[in-house]
Amino acid sequence: MSAPTAGHYTATGLDSRKIAIWAFIGSECMLFVSLISTYLIYKGRSVVGPYPHEVWVSPSGEHFKPILNIPVTSASTFVLLMSSLFMVLALAAVQNKDLPKRTRGDRILGSSKLWLWATAAAGTTFLGFQAFEFTSFVHEGLTIRTNLFGSSFFTLTGFHGAHVTAGVIWLLTLLAIDYRRGLGPKDALNVDIAALYWHFVDVVWIAIFTLVYLIK
Amino acid sequence: MDNHTAHSDSAPLDVAHAEETHHPGWSVYWKVALILGLITVAEVWGYYVPSFVASRAFVPSLLAMSAVKFAIVVSFYMHLRYDHKLFRALFTGPLFIAASTLIALLFLFGQLVARFGPAR
Repeated sequence: MSAPTAGHYTATGLDSRKIAIWAFIGSECMLFVSLISTYLIYKGRSVVGPYPHEVWVSPSGEHFKPILNIPVTSASTFVLLMSSLFMVLALAAVQNKDLPKRTRGDRILGSSKLWLWATAAAGTTFLGFQAFEFTSFVHEGLTIRTNLFGSSFFTLTGFHGAHVTAGVIWLLTLLAIDYRRGLGPKDALNVDIAALYWHFVDVVWIAIFTLVYLIK
Repeated sequence: MDNHTAHSDSAPLDVAHAEETHHPGWSVYWKVALILGLITVAEVWGYYVPSFVASRAFVPSLLAMSAVKFAIVVSFYMHLRYDHKLFRALFTGPLFIAASTLIALLFLFGQLVARFGPAR
């Protein structure tokens, strides 16, 4: 990325980097909708279990309970939603770095390092929940090769998890820059672009949580 | 921390004005987070009420709550409500195409016909 002071302005008067991230997010919408479409088309068409919301008895008489763990996923969803709050606070802190901090509350809200750490920690916690979920599914007999549900579920949530992982790495690079030379208003656009990506990952999960986990 | 301006210091004046945006602050952000949390609680609560799950309102209400959460995050946290209309077009255009394709595919593969089609 070029020096923060060199703006990449276009004939529209808008920075080309921000246009690029929105175009990228638009293309990512299409990617995730194609994965969600695949999941919904295959929903209820698995010949063998385990199933997401129904009990399954195998030909050998083995009982499988519904495999989705709603309490755990609800907790991870809440963590990811809160990470979006932390991210907007990180952006606001960077944009307002030069403003005087009179009270303790101003200093807390104005700490970009604190909010970037909080966002990265929340993202890592979400990934931990996902690792726990995937591991428990495999132990309960559901892998990516077991049935149509397993194939479409692991592909969809795995792609989302990969995006969260990329987001956490992006946040850690911003943190490294913040510790090295400090992030200020001149870096606001770079942080804004990272924030847009992070919020997009969050809105994708909002759709996945409802369509995959809650709708039976 | 409300109503700050975000643009590069080095940008030419006319260009900088084109990108000048007024984003909300902490007072709005925490309320948005609270609303998102409450909607999520309502979604999960609905999942555990058998009579609600069995009713015809279950799926539409979950989809509506999810759509509201989606719109809130995009409007307030992604600042699309306050940003340039080109950004709105870059996001909503592909989203509309993708959503239309999703609905078409669900009809094509019989996932929607089974619910909304004529009784067999």
